[in-house]
Amino acid sequence: MNLKDIQVLNEKETRAGFGEGAYEIGKENKDVVILTADLAGSMKIAPFIKEFPERFVQCGIAEANMIGIAAGLTVGGKIPYTTTFANFSTGRVYDQIRQSVAYSNKNVKICASHAGLTLGEDGATHQILEDIGLMKMLPGMTVIVPCDFNQTKAATKAIASFNGPVYLRFGRPKWPNFTKEDGSDFTIGKAQQLSEGTDVSIFACGHMVWKAIEAGKILEEKGISVELINIHTIKPLDVDAVIQSISKTKCAVTVEEHNIIGGLGDSIAQVAAKHFPIPIEYIGTLDTFGESGKPNELLTKYGLDTPNIITAVEKVISRK
Amino acid sequence: MLTNNELKNIASQVRRDILRMVHAVQSGHPGGSLGCTDFLTALYFHTMHYSTNFTMDGLNEDIFFLSNGHISPLFYSVLARAGYFDIKELATFRKLNSRLQGHPTTHEHLPGIRMASGSLGQGLSVAIGAALAKKLNGDNHLVFSLCGDGELDEGQNWEAIMFAAHHTVDNLIATIDWNGQQIDGPTNHVMGLDNLKAKFEAFNWTVIEMNGNDMDELIAGLDKAKTLTGKGKPICILMKTEMGKGVDFMEGSHEWHGIAPNDEQLKKALAQLPETLGDY
Ligand SMILES: Cc1ncc(C[n+]2csc(CCOP(=O)(O)OP(=O)(O)O)c2C)c(N)n1
Repeated sequence: MNLKDIQVLNEKETRAGFGEGAYEIGKENKDVVILTADLAGSMKIAPFIKEFPERFVQCGIAEANMIGIAAGLTVGGKIPYTTTFANFSTGRVYDQIRQSVAYSNKNVKICASHAGLTLGEDGATHQILEDIGLMKMLPGMTVIVPCDFNQTKAATKAIASFNGPVYLRFGRPKWPNFTKEDGSDFTIGKAQQLSEGTDVSIFACGHMVWKAIEAGKILEEKGISVELINIHTIKPLDVDAVIQSISKTKCAVTVEEHNIIGGLGDSIAQVAAKHFPIPIEYIGTLDTFGESGKPNELLTKYGLDTPNIITAVEKVISRK
Repeated sequence: MLTNNELKNIASQVRRDILRMVHAVQSGHPGGSLGCTDFLTALYFHTMHYSTNFTMDGLNEDIFFLSNGHISPLFYSVLARAGYFDIKELATFRKLNSRLQGHPTTHEHLPGIRMASGSLGQGLSVAIGAALAKKLNGDNHLVFSLCGDGELDEGQNWEAIMFAAHHTVDNLIATIDWNGQQIDGPTNHVMGLDNLKAKFEAFNWTVIEMNGNDMDELIAGLDKAKTLTGKGKPICILMKTEMGKGVDFMEGSHEWHGIAPNDEQLKKALAQLPETLGDY
């Protein structure tokens, strides 16, 4: 397992992976029902709608109602996937999810696109950077943040046969696609190790996994041995994989397109604090809202770029 | 007082601004912006009494809240043309470090904006709250708001509509952009609104209807709406508009809700809209 062997297959939107996965799982599992709140186009579910119009539910711009309808559909044995942008999937409808889905333990799949800064020009109202925190705090909620098109597709299909509420978070931009096309390298709840190393553990999720790979390649050239782990399932966290890695490298950097308060970094830090205290550096937004701009411009401005990861790694190693 | 022809000239310039702004960044929402141009022009250049020396509290002036924040290019153009800030700043729309965010925000302190919008369905409540504050302050000026017809799918609107009637918020004129379109298609396919007039009346609002793309009707309608305030009921204007109004190939289709014109389309569009006040 070596970072320099990771090849980019193509560049595709993770939301398009959702659309393809939804279509395929729709064919395989007749209980899958897809709901949307006036965002069918953005969620790339046209093929599903065309093939299975009777299992598509248009809710209009009414997300709270959509969550309730989805919870109700599970009572008849259906597997509802709700689809809208990440902000409107979570913050907008928090209590509806809390009571009707999580507390009631309903098998609803909350599928959320346009998460984080990389949605770009629409700006802060749409760029939620708090959703991982909101969702992972709900008892019983599984939180999955896949890193590319193939993995989003694999996750979209896998959640159908996984019993219980799920939050699936993905995004809008075209992004390097490098995981296996058949999704065989994805298992819910199992961390995906992308490289073995001894100097530092990097834990990343979502779009930022690619940035971490770029940073890792440069660090390896500098002679730093990087263990890169894709934490696509933030909850339940693969605690054993985290402990195993940090007890070897003795320091860690976490990388996420999310507020450092409440996200992946906090989850890793909690495991470290309890089982194996080590220095940790966090790459994420620093308790701020986003703004309009091009995705990569924003990642640079908010400190989520490759050079920031490299600096953080050098710093955390010096703190050992 | 401006003549209706002068107002039409301003609207033509505002439409040019909208198209040039969304074209420059290849993102944003021209459809609803163009459809509501005549309305916002009439509101800011005929109906409302306000000072461009902006204060958040807006005491002793009429104030406006935009709930359907995606039509921000229209809002920014009208605010700039009204004198809230330099029209040159329109060139920064949706770019990094701009005060002209993709959706309006108070976060960057752009004069003329009193709340963030973009997540739909929240503006009417805020407008009603501001109207209540005016009453508490003994301020006789009015509060205006605009929201989309698709936006009415959001349940919060109906909570607000119930509230405003119950609390006799009669210093509010809430306008609905009834263009019959939203993102996924015509509103009657996505979520039927059916008899909107009857719905508002059942909630005990006074309802007037007008064509929002006819300046004469707009002026008459807004003047009438003002005479109906202070009579114990909130006022709703159901305003028929056409998405993409003013650019023939954009008119009437949801396809132009959130797509920017390319170079050639921009040229074709601008050719239909006289440059009356000078481009930014
Ligand atoms: C709460 C929320 N849900 C979804 C969206 C995404 N969205 C932006 S505009 C829009 C359609 C709005 O329709 P309408 O109010 O009729 O405006 P128009 O298309 O006529 O401009 C949607 C669904 C949003 N901005 N906010």
